[in-house]
Amino acid sequence: MSGNNIPPKKRIKDLTFGEKIYIPEIVKGLSLTLRTMFKPKFTMEYPEEKFIPAGSYRGRPVLVEEKNGEERCVACGLCSRVCPALAIEVQAAETDREKERYPEKFEINMLRCIFCGFCEEVCPEEAIVMSKDYELAFSNREDAIYGKDKLLVPVDQLQDRIDFLRNYK
Amino acid sequence: MEAIGNILWAIISFYNFLLIRIVIVLVMMLMTAAYLVYFERKISAWAQNRLGPNRVGWYGLLQSFADVFKLLFKEDIVPDNANKKIHALAPMIALFVAFTTYAVIPIGPGITIAGFDIPMVIADVNIGILYVLALTSVGVYAITFAGWSSGSKYSLLGGIRSSAQMISYEISMGFSIGGVILLSESLRPMAIVESQSGWMWNAFIQPIGFITFLVSAFAETNRLPFDLPEAEPELVGGYHTEYSSMKFAAFFLAEYANMLIASTLIVTLYLGGWQIPYIETLGLSSGLVLALQVAGFFVKVGVLLFFFIWVRWSIPRFRYDQLMNLGWKVMFPLSLFNIIWVAILIMIFKL
Repeated sequence: MSGNNIPPKKRIKDLTFGEKIYIPEIVKGLSLTLRTMFKPKFTMEYPEEKFIPAGSYRGRPVLVEEKNGEERCVACGLCSRVCPALAIEVQAAETDREKERYPEKFEINMLRCIFCGFCEEVCPEEAIVMSKDYELAFSNREDAIYGKDKLLVPVDQLQDRIDFLRNYK
Repeated sequence: MEAIGNILWAIISFYNFLLIRIVIVLVMMLMTAAYLVYFERKISAWAQNRLGPNRVGWYGLLQSFADVFKLLFKEDIVPDNANKKIHALAPMIALFVAFTTYAVIPIGPGITIAGFDIPMVIADVNIGILYVLALTSVGVYAITFAGWSSGSKYSLLGGIRSSAQMISYEISMGFSIGGVILLSESLRPMAIVESQSGWMWNAFIQPIGFITFLVSAFAETNRLPFDLPEAEPELVGGYHTEYSSMKFAAFFLAEYANMLIASTLIVTLYLGGWQIPYIETLGLSSGLVLALQVAGFFVKVGVLLFFFIWVRWSIPRFRYDQLMNLGWKVMFPLSLFNIIWVAILIMIFKL
C-alpha cells in the first residue's frame, strides 16, 4: 500500500463566488420553505378522520362469520399451534350441523398477539383473517383477551382481505 | 374621598400616564410573546406540510396558554450541583432584560388628548439606543449564569458558546447602529424614526448596515442559524438543560420577547419605525394618520417576526468556527465599511 503517494483529494466541486456569499443560497432556501407553506397538508386529523388501510394491512386477527351467522372455524387448532406468541386458545366441540366441529371457546390474547398473520396463513378454512382494525387500547388485562363475541366479524366486512389473500397468498 | 381621588389621579396621570403606558406595553408584549410561540409552531408545521396545533381553542389559539399552565404546574427541579442562588437569578435576568428594553421603542408619534401630551413610548430618553445596547449586553449574563450555575457540562458549554457568540456579534451590531446614528445625529429612538421620513429608510440608504444588523440580531436573540447556545443535537438543551417549570418558561418567554425586541429595534432603526412614506400628502385626518402609523409599525414588526420564524425553519445551524469566522471576519469589517459608506454619503449629499 503506497499510502504516502495518494494525491490530495480534490473536491467534487468548489463553491462559486455566488455560493460563498451565502445570500442567494439563503434566498433559495427561504423561497422553498415559503412555497411549501402553501402546499396541501398531509396531516390526517385522526379521531375525526380515520386512516383506512389497504387489504394487505395486518390488523387485529378476527374470525370470519358466514352470512347465515355461523363461524367458518372448525376448531382444528392449527392457528393455536402455529402462533409464535401463544396468544390463541381454542377448545373444540361437536354440533349436528354439516360441519361437525366448532370452537366452543376461541380466545386471542391481544396483549400477546404480534400481528404476524401466521394463524391466517395456516388456516385451511380461511376462517381466521387479519382485519383492518388497528384501534386496540385496553384499560385492563382482562379486556385484552378477546372472546368469540369480539372476534366474530361478518364476511362482507372482510372481503378486502379475503380478496387479497386469494390473489397473493 | 376627594383627596383620595386626587391622589389616585396624580398617580395615574404621573408623567403623562406613565403607568398606563407601561401596563399597555407589558400586556402587549406578553400577548405577542405567547402568540409568537403559537405562530412558531404553526409556521414550522406549514413549512413541513403539517397542520400544527389546532386542538386547544379555535384553530388552537389557546395553545400557548395551555403550555404556560402546564409549565406552571410542573415540578421545579434544581440539580444538586447547582449554585442555587445564581440558578434562580439567571431566568430573572433574562426576563428583566427582555421586558425593560422595550421601554425606549416608539410605537407611534405622540398624541395630545385633553391637554396631555402622550408620547407613544414609555421613556423618550436621549440615550435610548445606548440603553438598548447596554441591556442586551446584560442579557449575556443571564445565559452565562444559567450555563455556569447549573453544574452540568451541557449547560456550561452552551453558556460559554453563548457568551462568546453574543459578545462577538454585539460588536458588529453596535457598529451597524453607528451608521444609523451618523444619519440621525441622535441616540433618541424618536429622533431616529423621524430622520427616516419619506423613503429615507435606513434599510435603503445603508443596505449593508441593515444586513449586518439583521444577522447580528439573529445571533443576539440566539435564533436558529445562530442558536448554538442551545444546539439540541450537541448540547441537549444548552444553557437551559437543567431548567424546568416556570424557570424554563421564563427563558422561553425571554427568547420570544427578545425576538420581539429585535424586530421592533430593526423597524425603529432601519425600516422607518411608525412612518408610512408620504402619508401626509394624502390629506387624511390627523387621527386616521396616527392610527395608520401605529398600525404600520405593527405590520412591519409582524413581517419581521414572520421572517425570524421563517428563517428558523429554512436555514441549518452554523458550525461554531463558521459562526466565529462570520462574526469577526465578515460581519465586523462589513459594519465598519458601512460606517464609511454612510460618512461618504453624508459628505457628498449633505444628508
